[in-house]
Amino acid sequence: MKMLRHLRMTAVAVTVSMLTGPVLAEPLFWSTQAKPIEESQKMRDAVMAGFPGGVDYQPSDEGPWLTRMQAELQAGSGTIAVLGGLHGDLSSLGGDLVDLSGIDATAVGPAMMELGSLGSGEQKYIPWMQATYLMVANRKALEFVPEGADINALSYDQLIDWARATAEATGGPKFGFPAGPQGLKHRFFQGFLLPAYTRSTVTEFRSDAAVVAWEKFRELWQYTNPAATNYSFMQEQLVTEEVWIAFDHVARIADAFNQRPDDFVAFPAPAGPEGRAFMPVIAGIAVPRTAPDMEQSMALVQYMLQPETQIATLRATNFFPVIATELPDDMPASVQAAGPAIAAMTGAADALPALLPMGLGDKGGQFNQVYTDTFERIILAGQDIREVLDDQAEVLRALMVEANAPCWAPDVASEGPCPVN
Amino acid sequence: MSAPSVRRAGDRVFVAGVALLILWVLLPIWLLFVNALSAPAEVTAFPKRFIPSFDLASLSFFFGFSGVLDALWNSVRVAAVTMILSIGVGAPAGYALSRFDFPGKEAFRFLVVMTRAFPLPLLALPLAVMFIRTGLDDTILGLALVHTTLALPFAVLITYSLFSGIPLELEEAAWTLGCNRVQAFIKVILPLAAPGIAASAVFAFVISWNEVFAAAVLTVENRTLTAFLLQSLDVSPLPLKFAGGAALVLPALFFIFAVRKYLFAMWGIANR
Amino acid sequence: MPRLLPYLLLLPATAFLCLFFLFPFVQVAHDSVMRNGAYTLENFTRMAGHWKFSTAFWNTMLLAAVVVPIQLAMALTMASIVTKLQRGRSTILYIFAIPLGISDLAAGLVWLAIFEQSGFLNSLLVGLGVIDQPILLLGYQNTWIIFIAIVLAEVWRATAIMMVILVAGMGLIPKEYREAADVFGASRWQKFRRVTLPMLRPSLQTALILRVILAFEVFAVVVALGGTQLPVLMSETYHWQFAMQERGVAAAFAMVILGVSVAFTILILRLLHVPKGARV
Repeated sequence: MKMLRHLRMTAVAVTVSMLTGPVLAEPLFWSTQAKPIEESQKMRDAVMAGFPGGVDYQPSDEGPWLTRMQAELQAGSGTIAVLGGLHGDLSSLGGDLVDLSGIDATAVGPAMMELGSLGSGEQKYIPWMQATYLMVANRKALEFVPEGADINALSYDQLIDWARATAEATGGPKFGFPAGPQGLKHRFFQGFLLPAYTRSTVTEFRSDAAVVAWEKFRELWQYTNPAATNYSFMQEQLVTEEVWIAFDHVARIADAFNQRPDDFVAFPAPAGPEGRAFMPVIAGIAVPRTAPDMEQSMALVQYMLQPETQIATLRATNFFPVIATELPDDMPASVQAAGPAIAAMTGAADALPALLPMGLGDKGGQFNQVYTDTFERIILAGQDIREVLDDQAEVLRALMVEANAPCWAPDVASEGPCPVN
Repeated sequence: MSAPSVRRAGDRVFVAGVALLILWVLLPIWLLFVNALSAPAEVTAFPKRFIPSFDLASLSFFFGFSGVLDALWNSVRVAAVTMILSIGVGAPAGYALSRFDFPGKEAFRFLVVMTRAFPLPLLALPLAVMFIRTGLDDTILGLALVHTTLALPFAVLITYSLFSGIPLELEEAAWTLGCNRVQAFIKVILPLAAPGIAASAVFAFVISWNEVFAAAVLTVENRTLTAFLLQSLDVSPLPLKFAGGAALVLPALFFIFAVRKYLFAMWGIANR
Repeated sequence: MPRLLPYLLLLPATAFLCLFFLFPFVQVAHDSVMRNGAYTLENFTRMAGHWKFSTAFWNTMLLAAVVVPIQLAMALTMASIVTKLQRGRSTILYIFAIPLGISDLAAGLVWLAIFEQSGFLNSLLVGLGVIDQPILLLGYQNTWIIFIAIVLAEVWRATAIMMVILVAGMGLIPKEYREAADVFGASRWQKFRRVTLPMLRPSLQTALILRVILAFEVFAVVVALGGTQLPVLMSETYHWQFAMQERGVAAAFAMVILGVSVAFTILILRLLHVPKGARV
């Protein structure tokens, strides 16, 4: 009998221990950024350590990130204190984010704060860190740069010549492009290729200048490694030397510089007839309406904007600060290489910034898909450029109307949904 | 050719066939460990070496990663509960399917099979909402319940196929010898069905161990190893991907090693 | 009491499945026929009209049609080998079952490391002097090579699933039947075909059904090796759910996967029908 009672008590204790979750003291920072294992380690050890009480930093893939947040919103209660994500990730949650106007974010520039409003009147997210895309080349490829070309001020034509020369000299295509499933190729078309030729992302989507842009890219594609449809992180192929010249996000080429700093050089994206177009990547922090402790969440947001935190974040993730601050000298090789290249690109005389899409809400993914599909049909499937652009323009037009999103830079501002001419 | 030499030739073919199959299975595992145990520079070099250089840099980073041991323990607990639940719930159902004929039998079998045919990431959202509302969120038991649902089809169908192979006469003989139904089941059927139980346990463990999506959504503080690591590994530098992949596979390999004997029936008892 | 017994035995499993599968499933199925608050089949038409749908569908079907028969043959062979062996049986079974422990992500990773341009296969060929420069196998122009690579990876990864089920079932086939066949002068192949296979029916049924269902959900290996080049039903489901944020269309894709699985389950149940009285 006694044994039975003991057994029963043990069973109860075990069941209870299986059922209870732990007591939450640290706020949960639910993020899609700093996922690579070394980055999240540094986030936890170096960046989050300074917050009183500590922070539970959990990076996730987009799927689980979104599903968990949606579940908490539907259930009406949750454990997520602060959300971290790219502009695109946070746009889809717009309506459920708390207004952050109370936070002191004067050190962040007004243009970026504007992005953080997600088209509404409130401050839905505060910019947390920024990055952009760069070109990287193996030093071995430098000998094939065309006569008279300066890699810090290339044009697309010069880039194509360079890629061709390298391919011919080495016996195989050596240009790399992240056309893989996790690759950020759509940002290249939205923010770099098309604006450089058409001075627009949306309105001039099917103009004749856009046709020229795609023809140029088709030329460049001849010298691109055909396995590019598997590439999501150019640092891998740069280090194995499958690829000698590449375009990718600064955080996805960092490892190449950190492993072999003397073998690679970073330089700005090329320029087209309309200018040197580039697109900044913004990651933001937001607070969901189901956050368990609003005060704690706000304090954490404020903490992420401190200069020390911003610099530590730079060391951890290769994403640059959103506030103006002096960088110390002991930055990792990737930052030291990327910094000057980014400055050269953003400060160039013909610099043409193309902003992230605004006001698309949860249609951001479908917007990106238009450009991805255009790429796949024109470049991979070899279809007629004019036909594809006309087809896809229909889709784009319908999307802009459905989202009711006005134009954003570099497109001219519009009344009502952004038109596709 | 004389009979013995035909047999010898046949044996040689047999041995060659077995050797080939073993090579086929082991080669990719070997390569996984080669990359996991090599220096990062070698992992990204060309041509690749086929022998590891026993450089523990990647693996030691991996194991030094804070939170790995907790996550490992969580994974073990979830897998253990999944095993117990899936066999405890699935074996009786498998027995019922094999021994009885009743209305609803086909419908039930269908339901069991269809559970596996629907993509889990879509079910994760309603499940997470339900768990948050009922307090099962972020618990070992909660995740184990989801994993059991994934493993149940295996447990039910495998035990069903095994019970089907055990003649009813054996049970009936036990009844006539004075056992009641339960005793007959435990003393006669269960030992014979041990391979089915073992196979179900293997599947339950492996399914639970390797499951990522539900674990990533349903656990926050009590993260399992896959939720904690696999998402990070996907975007990490190549050497760490291999180190992580190798480390994740080891516990499963140990478990299968431990139960391998039980996958065989007890010879002699099956013969009448 | 005996009347109720089967239902009692089924009760826990049924409760489980209703709570943790049917309940969320009904919600997702509901999503697939709802759009903007109204009942409509628009999600399905949108899915079917998308230019990638038929490619994804036929890729999935083709992959399953190629992989599953190969795996069935290999699993039967491996199971036979293991049951026939006297010494070292457990070790060989263990070796054959090792791929079970590997997640499909890790399997994709390893096979990518074999097939990529700077990978093991190229290293071997260059080392043996067969080629000078590494060859590009996984380029987007050679979809059929990517397909073969995926078939190899999937065969390697998932054969053990069927093998374990078949081994467990083979153990219960009494030796006397085979010995009787020997007495009547049956060859090895005849014994296999006429004695082993028929008695293995329930296990074969289970193994095939489970494997086929999982084959329609193939995902991680295809993405690892094929990148964006070989869409399959599961990758499209993911894409529509998370990237495009269209839950209805993603649910429609999931219903297609379910529908195909149901169709093939019925087919297998018919073909491998286990006659009622024909127990051992």
